[in-house]
Amino acid sequence: MTGSDLHSQAAGSPYAPHTDEERTAMLEAIGAESVEQLFDIPEPVQFDGEFGIDARSERETRALVRSILERNDDLTELLGRGHYGYYVPSLVDHLADRSEFLTSYTQYQPEVSQGFLQVLFEYQSLLVELTGLEIANCSMYDAATALGEAATLADRVRSVSGSRVLVPDLLREGRRSTLENYVAGTDLVVEEYPTEDGGVDYEALEEAAGEETVMIYAENPTVRGTIEERLGEIGDLATETDALFVLGSDPVALSLLQRPVDVGADVVVGDASVLGLPTSYGMGLGLFACREDYLRQVPGRLVGASEDATDRRAYTLTLQTREQHIRRERATSNICTNQAWVALRTAMHAASLGPSGMVELAKRGVRRAETLAERIDELPGVEAPIHDRRHVREFVARVDGSAQAIVADLEERGYAVHALGDHELQICVAGVSDEEIDGFVEAFSEVGR
Amino acid sequence: MSGPSTGADGDANDRARYDQARYVEGDQYEPLLSEKDLTRVEIDDEDDDSPLPDDLTRDSVELPELSEPELVRHYTRLSQMIYGIDSGPYPLGSCTMKYNPKFTEDVAALSSGAVHPDRSESSVQGTLELMYRLQDYLGRIGGMDAVTLQPPAGAAGEFVGIRIAAAYHEHNGEGHRDEVIVPESAHGTNFATAALGGYDVVSLPSNDEGRVDLEALEAALSEDTAALMLTNPNTLGLFERDIEEIAEMVHDVGGLLYYDGANLNALLGRARPGDMGFDVMHYNVHKTFATPHGGGGPGAGPVGVVDELAPFLPAPRVRAGDGDAGYELFDPDHTIGKVHGYQGNWLVLVKTFAYIARLGDEGLLDASAKAVLNANYLANRIDYEVPYEPFHHEFVASAGEQDAADVAKRMLDYGVHPPTTKWPEIVPEALMTEPTEVESKDTLDRLAAAFNAVAEDDDETLEAAPERTTARRIDQTSAARSPRLSWQALGEDES
Repeated sequence: MTGSDLHSQAAGSPYAPHTDEERTAMLEAIGAESVEQLFDIPEPVQFDGEFGIDARSERETRALVRSILERNDDLTELLGRGHYGYYVPSLVDHLADRSEFLTSYTQYQPEVSQGFLQVLFEYQSLLVELTGLEIANCSMYDAATALGEAATLADRVRSVSGSRVLVPDLLREGRRSTLENYVAGTDLVVEEYPTEDGGVDYEALEEAAGEETVMIYAENPTVRGTIEERLGEIGDLATETDALFVLGSDPVALSLLQRPVDVGADVVVGDASVLGLPTSYGMGLGLFACREDYLRQVPGRLVGASEDATDRRAYTLTLQTREQHIRRERATSNICTNQAWVALRTAMHAASLGPSGMVELAKRGVRRAETLAERIDELPGVEAPIHDRRHVREFVARVDGSAQAIVADLEERGYAVHALGDHELQICVAGVSDEEIDGFVEAFSEVGR
Repeated sequence: MSGPSTGADGDANDRARYDQARYVEGDQYEPLLSEKDLTRVEIDDEDDDSPLPDDLTRDSVELPELSEPELVRHYTRLSQMIYGIDSGPYPLGSCTMKYNPKFTEDVAALSSGAVHPDRSESSVQGTLELMYRLQDYLGRIGGMDAVTLQPPAGAAGEFVGIRIAAAYHEHNGEGHRDEVIVPESAHGTNFATAALGGYDVVSLPSNDEGRVDLEALEAALSEDTAALMLTNPNTLGLFERDIEEIAEMVHDVGGLLYYDGANLNALLGRARPGDMGFDVMHYNVHKTFATPHGGGGPGAGPVGVVDELAPFLPAPRVRAGDGDAGYELFDPDHTIGKVHGYQGNWLVLVKTFAYIARLGDEGLLDASAKAVLNANYLANRIDYEVPYEPFHHEFVASAGEQDAADVAKRMLDYGVHPPTTKWPEIVPEALMTEPTEVESKDTLDRLAAAFNAVAEDDDETLEAAPERTTARRIDQTSAARSPRLSWQALGEDES
């Protein structure tokens, strides 16, 4: 029997240390006869403690979780559409799992939290460089909630009496639905504007945007992997209509594509955990950056530099009067617990790549997606990509046969891709090795299309 | 004059000494990455290897370019300049800083669990099963009929609760209800969440005993009441003994009763929100179920509801299909939609499941027993007054004539993390203290010694604290008055 199996013999929590003697001594000090006596719970609402959950040893618990998760099929995923499985270097796991990073709380005592505050400060700086905007907070939950927060920011800062939030009709349902919930308590109304050939239909957007518009949202790249060509015009349109231009992106795409500040973006949102987290069933890191004008209206925590009593530079959470624990119902957001540890991982992954690695990763995303599209396009019954645009990371293909049937056939052969509607597939190369891509092309050539 | 070091060394040699790691380079501690290197990489389609035309790309990226050994030292040094629960006691009231079992990191790292959220349901049966079983565990623990795992934090769970209340009332033709009642001493998120949901917040004063004032509640309740948000035990650690009557009063006017799960650790196995009459609740798994706080997050804030509210839960939910159909996702009939792009903080949920499966009934019951025992023992050992009793997992002491924030800074010098300070405001100069079940008697004695040493310190010493931490007292006013929120801003400021 191993040491951790032995723990299962003790009735109680293996992480609560008292011996019987200590418990007795503590009760004596308190002047109580039993632990039960310390509880002040009226009899009618007392519970007998029987949840029907068996205790397990550490070994048994690990085996249980392993046995459950092993029921997942082991597929090579060529999946994206907002969540990506880039390779995360080992140093990220090893360093992020250092106890002090993992087991500390929010930095309410900055004097003992300098290390974490500095990493978050460096994370904010990374986003400032990538977006060109002056302010980045140290995390929202994910891209969808960051978009929701951007809309409530627009509601607060726009003086116009409008209520319309314009989003592309391609917007992922999860982001759209989350946005709807965030604006439910405001007068804002979410409306779709059309896209054309996988990108913003600028003329239609121009027609849709008017004085009543408080926010225009676009993504670059789009959920279909296409690169937007008319961002600058959207920025100008937002300026003309006094709407907030909110741009969705991520740190890899931002390393190569047009800088948000250069196209007139007021706010950048997105999933920053494309760097730092492996595929995690959708767990993310909400990127939130904005112009300095909105500093006092930013949601979430901000780390700033200051000085300590020895006049050395030191970091601290700052401008906390925006936050719920001080401002309560007048706070800029209700967020408290955030994704700080994921931001730490993202900062580490970005630092590990360095600027040359980040730019190269994005360039490879363009080259490999376009090369794979060409290879697939050669197969009978397939057109790829279907959009006459440049792509990064992923693209959409049209198939003559049933997309669902093809996806099912590919799963049988060990590969996962997206089915969109009846005759479209979306295929992503992020985190997929060259060998895996070759294997996929071979499998794809074998299935009925 | 007593030098600032007198107290921390103490009179007795047996008092623990503490010095936090501190790297110093000139007028700063560990330099920023940007001070070690900044490299500008140009992006130009004249280059052979740029795959995109210039009008689709940025001109350059300027960031640090450092080798792996340099980075590893940077982050290792930074980690040493942080105090975590693995460093020592961390009795932050209301935050439930428990020890985070190491093995949960291993199960969260299993590659079989690292799947994309758009995978077909049939190919991720393991993921769905774990979610289903965790929903079941949480339902039993809270006495709730249905659970969603989607909210990525406690405040997000509150938001789900408030949106469910709105949808429920709307569904019943009572969309006019526009008020949410929140006790004065509640967590700030309750107020902010109700406001985010578009509700007017009605603040409820406490009675002399520190509990909900039933007369004030009676006055606050009306046909405009959408919900009452309550923490039990409340932020003073007191059980709301009138909870059944409170539930009846809220339900009588057609309102819903919301349970803020921040303090659930006190009640594990001893009382369940569902049995007390709560209709909807969130669980703070990063508190009650010991998933690590990671310097501020990620957490997870699953929400449990009674049957009547299940149709309004976020989409999609997980259920077991008929026969051999396996697990499947479905959208509840009147779902409020989504509050996260996917299914929330998956890695945190795996750790939660593992923790509950490890402890089982006996472990969970033992956790609340020792959490309450520890709080009572610690309160008994400290010299500061604790005005409200009988408290459970946490107590709120008063620093009296001392400034609670200064007390906290001074406690850092004794190698312990201080309690939450100056809140709830019902106690003057509050020291809100929650030792949790994980501290031994010895550690509690040392923690008490730290409290008591600081209680003896004079104002001068308190104001000069801390001195043994990486940084000395940090100027908050300067940070807020001239915000420097990036190394870019620092450059402008210092040049």
